[in-house]
Amino acid sequence: MEYEVIVVGGGHAGIEASHILAFKGHKTLLITMNKKNIGDMPCNPSIGGTAKGIIVREIDALGGIMGRIADISHFQIKMLNNSKGPAVRSLRCQADKTTYPQNIQKELENTPNLTILESTVEDLIIEENIVKGVILKDGTKITSKMVILTTGTYLKANILIGSESTPSGPHGEPRSNHLSDNLKKYGFTIQRLKTGTPQRIKASSIDFSKMTPEYGDDCYWTFSFDNPPTYKINEQQKCFLIYTNEKTHKTILDNLDKSAMYGGYVTGIGPRYCPSIEDKLVRFKDKERHQLFLEPESLYYDEWYLQGFSTSMPRDIQEKMVHSLSGLENAVITKYAYAIEYDAIDPLQVSPSLESKVIANLFTAGQINGTSGYEEAAAQGLMAGINASLKLENKDPLILKRNDAYIGVLIDDLVTKGTQEPYRMLTSRAEFRLILRHDNADLRLREYAHQVGSITEKQYQNYINRLESLKEGEKYLKETKLKITPEIKKIFEENQKEVPNITDTLYNLLKRPEITIEFLENFLTFPMDTQTKEELEIQIKYEGYIKKTYKEVEKMKKLEEKMIPKDIDYQKIKNLASEARQKLEKIRPISVGQAARISGVNPSDIAILSVYLKKEYSKDE
Amino acid sequence: MDTTIAAISTNTLGVGAINIVRVSGKDAIEIVSKIFTNKNFLNAESHTIHYGFIKDGENIIDEVLVMLMRSPKTYTKEDVVEINCHGGSITANKILELLYVKGAVPAEPGEFTKRAFLNGRINLLEAESIEDLLEAKNENARKMAINGVSGKTTKLIQDLREKMVSLLANIEVNIDYPEYIDELQITKENITPVLTEIKEALEKIVKESENSKKIKNGINVAIIGRPNVGKSSLLNALLEEDKAIVTDISGTTRDIVEGSITYKGIDLNFIDTAGIRETKDIVEKIGVEKSKKIQEQADITILVLNNNEEVTEDDQKLLEKIENQKGIIFINKTDLSSKLEKIETSKKIIYGSTLKNKGLEELKEEILQTFSLEDMSYKDLTFLFNTRQISLAKEALQNINHVISENQKDVPVDMLAIDIRDAWENLGKIIGEAYEEELVDNIFKRFCLGK
Repeated sequence: MEYEVIVVGGGHAGIEASHILAFKGHKTLLITMNKKNIGDMPCNPSIGGTAKGIIVREIDALGGIMGRIADISHFQIKMLNNSKGPAVRSLRCQADKTTYPQNIQKELENTPNLTILESTVEDLIIEENIVKGVILKDGTKITSKMVILTTGTYLKANILIGSESTPSGPHGEPRSNHLSDNLKKYGFTIQRLKTGTPQRIKASSIDFSKMTPEYGDDCYWTFSFDNPPTYKINEQQKCFLIYTNEKTHKTILDNLDKSAMYGGYVTGIGPRYCPSIEDKLVRFKDKERHQLFLEPESLYYDEWYLQGFSTSMPRDIQEKMVHSLSGLENAVITKYAYAIEYDAIDPLQVSPSLESKVIANLFTAGQINGTSGYEEAAAQGLMAGINASLKLENKDPLILKRNDAYIGVLIDDLVTKGTQEPYRMLTSRAEFRLILRHDNADLRLREYAHQVGSITEKQYQNYINRLESLKEGEKYLKETKLKITPEIKKIFEENQKEVPNITDTLYNLLKRPEITIEFLENFLTFPMDTQTKEELEIQIKYEGYIKKTYKEVEKMKKLEEKMIPKDIDYQKIKNLASEARQKLEKIRPISVGQAARISGVNPSDIAILSVYLKKEYSKDE
Repeated sequence: MDTTIAAISTNTLGVGAINIVRVSGKDAIEIVSKIFTNKNFLNAESHTIHYGFIKDGENIIDEVLVMLMRSPKTYTKEDVVEINCHGGSITANKILELLYVKGAVPAEPGEFTKRAFLNGRINLLEAESIEDLLEAKNENARKMAINGVSGKTTKLIQDLREKMVSLLANIEVNIDYPEYIDELQITKENITPVLTEIKEALEKIVKESENSKKIKNGINVAIIGRPNVGKSSLLNALLEEDKAIVTDISGTTRDIVEGSITYKGIDLNFIDTAGIRETKDIVEKIGVEKSKKIQEQADITILVLNNNEEVTEDDQKLLEKIENQKGIIFINKTDLSSKLEKIETSKKIIYGSTLKNKGLEELKEEILQTFSLEDMSYKDLTFLFNTRQISLAKEALQNINHVISENQKDVPVDMLAIDIRDAWENLGKIIGEAYEEELVDNIFKRFCLGK
């Protein structure tokens, strides 16, 4: 049987990749070791979070499914950073680890053109550096035009608990033993990465009365731009906040040499933003306590996730550590914390379309590219899927720029700078974060999605309608003036706000930091929906800052638009510094802008490169 | 290269007869036309020279010749304008500042050449020398970072950046890890003292830098007095050469005569002026006006009085004027009998004779004293001294001032972070450090987070 694309791996990257390909009408095969694990959340029970929540919105705008499935699978949702400004607001939900995978699986089963096969891929069919299909564990060959690898943490994975090291994928699932060696054989650079997950605790053994509850928001939110919310505010579940104490710290420090990390049993590089608790104690000696969170995993079984307590200590020490915590004195640990090491490829060998530079028609996405997190994986899977489909259709790839989306920042960082630790998205990585907001993901991306055919007509129409409402809304705000009656004047004064000029339009009033639409709604009803109000308020109030950001974007774009031909021979450019030449040859940036972001490539190298391009290729311009 | 750059092209340390301010870029002609009085200039043909005045609003800054060269037959292949102004760094710097206000940006070291190179004007690519050129430029850039800014200044700026990055990292942590409420939460109130501290430090750097720039570029000393008190003789005596024409006829010096000496390692740029008096002679009148301007713009003024004459009305006016600025009174011709009664002044009086070479050492010493240069080790100037650096420091100060005022208006912290980051980057450019990664690294270095 011939497929156009084979996707290897049923995690968050593989899901988005196979879904979008099949949605676009391409015959797709998804191969997973265990069908029941498709859409599994092996670590934290949440989707979204700072920056990540915006990525989920972007996935939704581009036609991915993570957002709309999360919307129907969570039991708590909140907007983070509401007070810190519109640029950094981000949604996070507590997704149910039972229903989320179920809903994902249902969605994939109902996607035409998609076949799911339960098996393990151990090799690729490669002819003249072009991938032609995959070879399964039992030797079966399946051919295809493109292959997308989304193997997560399964490549030669080892689970580490104390001095114990077990060859195994997450939760005791089998690992892939040979695929990474075979990739190495084909010319991939393989690196070893490490991550970890904390304990799961039996709910009935927890004394919640000693803990601080954390609630969901009391208003409705959705990740999706197309679907209304389906949950009930008052049915949301609580999470809890607790702290480590002196006893916890003593237990850990006394047994430091027993941990896999400090005992010297780990070879992989762990992420700085996701350190184990022993790491935190060693690095921040003076901190008297560390925050931990207890989050329910599912409404359908009684395990709770102990966020912040990730460790590679042996089981007996973990028992002591957990029991030292207030409210967990009698806790039953249902799963011990562990560290996991796995193979990943060097993302510098990946091009911005996520196609491999080593083997043509082969795409990689997710943890195999050195990232961490469900959202980062899903975003790459979606882009790999879209770009594989575009390649099948003989069209140019969709490469999102740093000013288009967090997804653009994510992929550009990976393929330009590489990574030595699992990469997590942070808002601080996005220099243009003011324009990469939660609220405007559809405005930024739906046009692209429409062009590449990754959304339905209905989804596109929703976007067109929104543009229309924004236009009308803006017109209203520009044409409407607030009549300053004595009562209104009084309310302004009572709220210590400067009383507006009689001729001021609503538009001008909203420019003032202290005046919000919410406040003005004391006096008049705005003929527009909540999203339109929110969007316009941000655009008007922060116009100055937004303009400034666009100015910076323009500067970057000039360099970004100077494309470097694929066949460029860096040996021919005489005066490049040798470090720059090496880096340029390895990374093969697509534009002068990308070249300039490579560490070790200096402005003088960029100048020499620019002149060379002008001289050699100006006839084509 | 869509910006228009400007810089003084002549050696800023030398006090030649003229200085050239060069402007290059697509808006070069338009920007210059905004400060140049000649109406024909804007639409004039390429490679033409235009006479007129540079004006700051209504104030005339200088009488200049402006060369207009349209793209592509220019040094950079862009539109280039060169303003030939009078010598001395004050005028040229003033013109430069005006250009920056009107939209030009400071040229990086070697940037004209870089543009010439990038635009293909310098077609030396095949020649080996191109590498030398680029190496030289790097060396220059390196020198800028290492020698151009002294160790002390670098340290000062690093400390300031450290304060900014620690504030930024804290803001970023609050944003990226909002659930970590144990970390210090940056609020409108607790951000203010930090910002104020940064602002004050920046203000100090800017102020002191402008001061030390003066010293590094030399102290401009105007010699004034009514006609025939011996100003030109004083100049000649100080310079130990006959630069100014000296006669017994009042009003001989009708234009500005300059000359520099290095005294104890510091350049003293003496500017001899036309004698100041009420006059009807048109040429002399222009000279007198100019003298007054020079006096206003100089760093210090020496008022010369004649020991052999009584204080006149003109002298009295000058004595009053000098009260409001840095100044020294030099009473010349002590070899002749004293007819000068006691004069009222707060300024230091030095008696001497240009004819007998008396009082000159004392005079030079006093100039240094006035600038407290005895206390300042001039070889280790702690501050920034070139216009590009000062302009970057000023920009950083502007960024911080903006943050402070926006913070008062309850603008959320994600917006404030934008300007703090800009300030941090601007300071980074001065000392050649500005890495994006630095910030992310700092977040993880300083805070304890994660699952």
